[in-house]
Order: sequence, then C-alpha cells, then structure tokens
Amino acid sequence: MYVAEVVEEHHDRPERKRRLGILFWICVGWIALNIVGAIFANVLPLQNPLFQNYASVNAGPSLHHLFGTDDLGRDIFARVVYGSRVSIEVSLGAMLVGFGLGAPLGMLAAYRRGKFDSILTAVMYVFLAFPAIIATIAVLSFWTPRSLLKIIVVVGIASVPLVYRVIRSATMNFASRDFVIAAKVQGATDRRILIKELLPNIAPVGVSFLLIGIATVVTLEGALAFLGLSVNPPTPSWGNMINESLSILQINPWLAIFPSLAMCLFLLSLNFIGDRLRAHFEVSEAKL
Amino acid sequence: MLIGIVFIISVGAFYLIHLLPGDPAAVILGTGDSPQNRARLFKELGLNKPILEQYFVWIKNVLHGNLGTSFISQTSVWSTIKSALPIDVEIIVLSQILAFAVAIPTAMVSARKPDGWLDRLLGATSFTLLSIPSFVVIVLLVLFIAIKLGVPHTGVSSYVSLGQDWVVNLESLALPSFTLALGSFVVYYRVLRSDLIATLQEEYITMARSKGISQRRIMWRHAFRPSSVALLGTAGVNIGGLLAGGFIVQYLLSIPGLGYTLIQSIGLSDYLVVQGIVLVVSVGVILINFAFDLIINIVDPRISRE
Repeated sequence: MYVAEVVEEHHDRPERKRRLGILFWICVGWIALNIVGAIFANVLPLQNPLFQNYASVNAGPSLHHLFGTDDLGRDIFARVVYGSRVSIEVSLGAMLVGFGLGAPLGMLAAYRRGKFDSILTAVMYVFLAFPAIIATIAVLSFWTPRSLLKIIVVVGIASVPLVYRVIRSATMNFASRDFVIAAKVQGATDRRILIKELLPNIAPVGVSFLLIGIATVVTLEGALAFLGLSVNPPTPSWGNMINESLSILQINPWLAIFPSLAMCLFLLSLNFIGDRLRAHFEVSEAKL
Repeated sequence: MLIGIVFIISVGAFYLIHLLPGDPAAVILGTGDSPQNRARLFKELGLNKPILEQYFVWIKNVLHGNLGTSFISQTSVWSTIKSALPIDVEIIVLSQILAFAVAIPTAMVSARKPDGWLDRLLGATSFTLLSIPSFVVIVLLVLFIAIKLGVPHTGVSSYVSLGQDWVVNLESLALPSFTLALGSFVVYYRVLRSDLIATLQEEYITMARSKGISQRRIMWRHAFRPSSVALLGTAGVNIGGLLAGGFIVQYLLSIPGLGYTLIQSIGLSDYLVVQGIVLVVSVGVILINFAFDLIINIVDPRISRE
C-alpha cells in the first residue's frame, strides 16, 4: 500500500523544471472531468446504474450502451461514472481525516521539538511498523455493519502516521530558518508563525503527498472491494465492478476492462500531477 | 525496540476484539456459536476474568505456540497457518528473483545514459506500471493468458502443491509471481537507477574510468554495491508489503496461502484464525525489515560506523 511513497524521484532535468508541460494539464483536466462526472452523475444524461434490463444482458459496447452491459443488463458506462463517486469520496474523506490529524501534529512537533516531539514521533513510528493494510482489513471485517463513513475513518486513521512523518520532516527543513527566527523576534505568536510562515512553505510537499495518498486510497478501495469490505452491492464502485466481473470473465471481458481502465487512468493522472509538482517545486524526498 | 514493537502488536491483535462494539464471545465464536463452544471459549480464554488477566493467559498460550483452536473448523490455528505460509514464501521468493533479475540490468542501462532514449522509454514504462494496481494486472493476465490463450495450469483454482508435482506447481504460481514481480520491479528500478546515477558522478568512478577499466566492470564492481543501500531498504519494506498485501492474487486464483486463508476466515467470521494470521504477518513484516537492516549493514559498513 505504501510502496509509492518509497519511490524517490531523481531530478536530472533542471532546465525543464519551470514548465509543467501539456501532459500535466491533460492530467489535471482528466481528474477534473472525473470529479465533475462524480458530482453531477445524477444530472448527466446517463442511464440508471441500477436498472436491470434483462433484454440485453452481457452486451458488448454499442451506441446505445457505450461500454456494454453487465450480467444483469445494467449499463456499464453509467456504473463506471457512478462508481467514481465511491473512489473519490473514500479517498478525499480518508485524506481529510489523515491530514486533519497528521498535518497539525507533524507541524507542531517539528516546530516545538523537545519532549512532545520525541514521544509523538516514537508513537508514530511504532504505528508505522504495524502493517496498515492488515489492520484496516481486520478492523473493517469485524466492525459491522459496514458503511462508507467507517471505511473513511479506518483508512484515514491508518494514514495518520505517514502524513505525520512527511509533514514533520518538511516542517523541520524550515523551522529553524532565518525568516522564522525573524518572525519570532518581531513577537509573532506561534499560531501566526505556523500558519503564515511555515504552512505556505510546506504546502508543495503536502499537496504532492496528498495526491499520492489519494491514489493509494483509490487502490486500497479496490482491494477492499475484492474482499467484500467496501460499499455493499448493488452500489457501483470501480473495485466492486472488477470484483463482480471475475465470475463472468470468460463471457463478458468488458465488465473487467472498462472499470480497470477508468481506475488506471485516474491513478496515472494523479501520479503524474504529483510527480510534476514535486519536480516543479524542487522538493527532495531524500531528506525524509 | 524490536521487542517493544512486537509487544505492542500483540496487544493490538489481542484487543482488536475489544475495540469493536458488541459481545466479544459472539464475535469470536462467529457462526460456531453454540452453548458447548461458548462454555469452552470462556474456559480457554477466561473471558469472565479481568481484561488484563485475559491478555496474559492469551500471550502465554501464544508463546507456547498455541494460537487457539478454531470454533468453526475445529482445527488448531497454528496448523492452519503452518500449511499456508510456505505458499506465500514461495510466491514471494519467485517474484523477487524475477524482479531483481530484470530491475538491476535495466537500472544499469538507464544509469549509463541518463535521459537517453532508452532511459526515457524505461522511465515512462515504469511510471505507467506504477499506476496499475496488482488486482488489475492479475485480472487482465487471467483474461488473456489463461482464458484467451488457454495456457494450461494458469487459470483459477489450478494450484498444485510443490510436493505433488513441482512443474505444475511452478506453472500455477507463474501468474501471481509475475504480477507481484511487476510491482516490485518498478520500485526497484526507480530506486536503483537514481542511486546509480548519483554514484557514477563520484570521483573514484572517474578515477576507475581513467585507469581504463571497462564500463561493465565499473558498473558491477565499483558502482553497484554502494548504490544498493536504498534498494535493499526499499526491498525490505516491499517484501513486507507483499506478505501483508499479496492476498489479492491468491484470492483471485484460489491459491491457499495465508492471504487466501485470511479472506476465507473473514468470510466465515472465524475470528481466531484472523487474529492468528494478523499476528504472524505483522511479526513477519517486522522481522523482514529487521533482517534487511542487518543486510544493509553488511553491504555498507559505513552505516553502522557512523
């Protein structure tokens, strides 16, 4: 789950750093399109994702059903668009929880240092040693009945130590710089220094880690769906759809291919945006 | 430190049941809830005693290799784990051999001419692969190789144990191993490439070049070892991740490893088996990380001297 975070980038093209490039904006556009589609899914001229049309079961792509239909005659295109809702809700929600708890703690620990920092950091490292995916599965499997909110809370809390570590080390790079000391000498309050001086400086690291985090949670939702630990059917999610396609892979490969494609393009765009932003702001993860 | 973490994990695995709302006995018994089983459970775990005492009863049993007996299958949890674990180990070993065998040469090719056409091609490929989750890879592989091409022994539930027939065993583990290898390759390639590029700019490499040592010898004898520290650290984290997260490929192909057993037990609400697997996997992940830390110290003695 957290492998993406280990992959460190090597930037050996300084001359291209200033330009984000056309691919970057294509990826931003694709993510925006996904989010707009998820928000306005019930306003858009889509077919009902739950309507079962037994007259056309397992149909291939056609003008009437762009992506074909599944084994219950439901329109796959509509289900893929509606399915993005679950992925986006879970990933944004979990990151809201993770950053909401992890980021302030990380900033505070790096700014204050001392006992507060050493105890908190030790606790977080112990939690990091615990395999988060196993803990998530174990909690979700016995905490019934399952709901979207519980998934968000569990995944969000599991991400707190990671967010804490990244934000803490990013803040440390700036916490003892001259401009912070200057603000302190001028009599600025801690709150002001944290929000006005430090936050803008660590924002680039935060945003690119946020994008990686969202990509990781989208993948995790897919993995949870495989175990039947995501939202309950018939609600479509990309993971649920891929999981449902397994039993009829031989008859109807489209049901596996389209949600997989939607998920991969979404992840690729997120990773690409994060990668470019990191290069743009010259953030080195090697300092972690 | 190591003992401390293992202790905290054991507390976490034990109290998992008490963190959740509801009657612990009902959760542990699952579908095996009958008056006899309930009486046995209370006797074995001392559920009516204070919670601290319950933990000590439990940890004493665990340290004696007794993870309890499933109330559903009536077999001991430890024997279930013992029969499943070798399959995980085999898949991980196969996938890692494959991943390293491809990642090391490709990283060297890339590092030789950074930003050359081959490096860019490999960079773009690895970046794309990074965005494809393992469950998508395995679904597509099953679809195209097992179903469309009809390669024997690669489809769902074609697993044969190593003792039974090793050729068929390797065939049946080919797709899952390949899937996990693909994910590992991407990570290893990227880490090793960036470290090799940095190492190749060191002065002793220039020195070696000026002595006329061949490019290949410089790569393998001079640059590879000092560049492999981050690679090994990443490998430790990654292998731990495969042990914890490799359940998807097993589940899809019905390969009865730990991950598959875990999912089966979750489906049956077989709490004791889940608890046992969580404990074994967590401790396993930590031991793997610890082992890789040791290897890193051997590969680069400068680290332990600092």
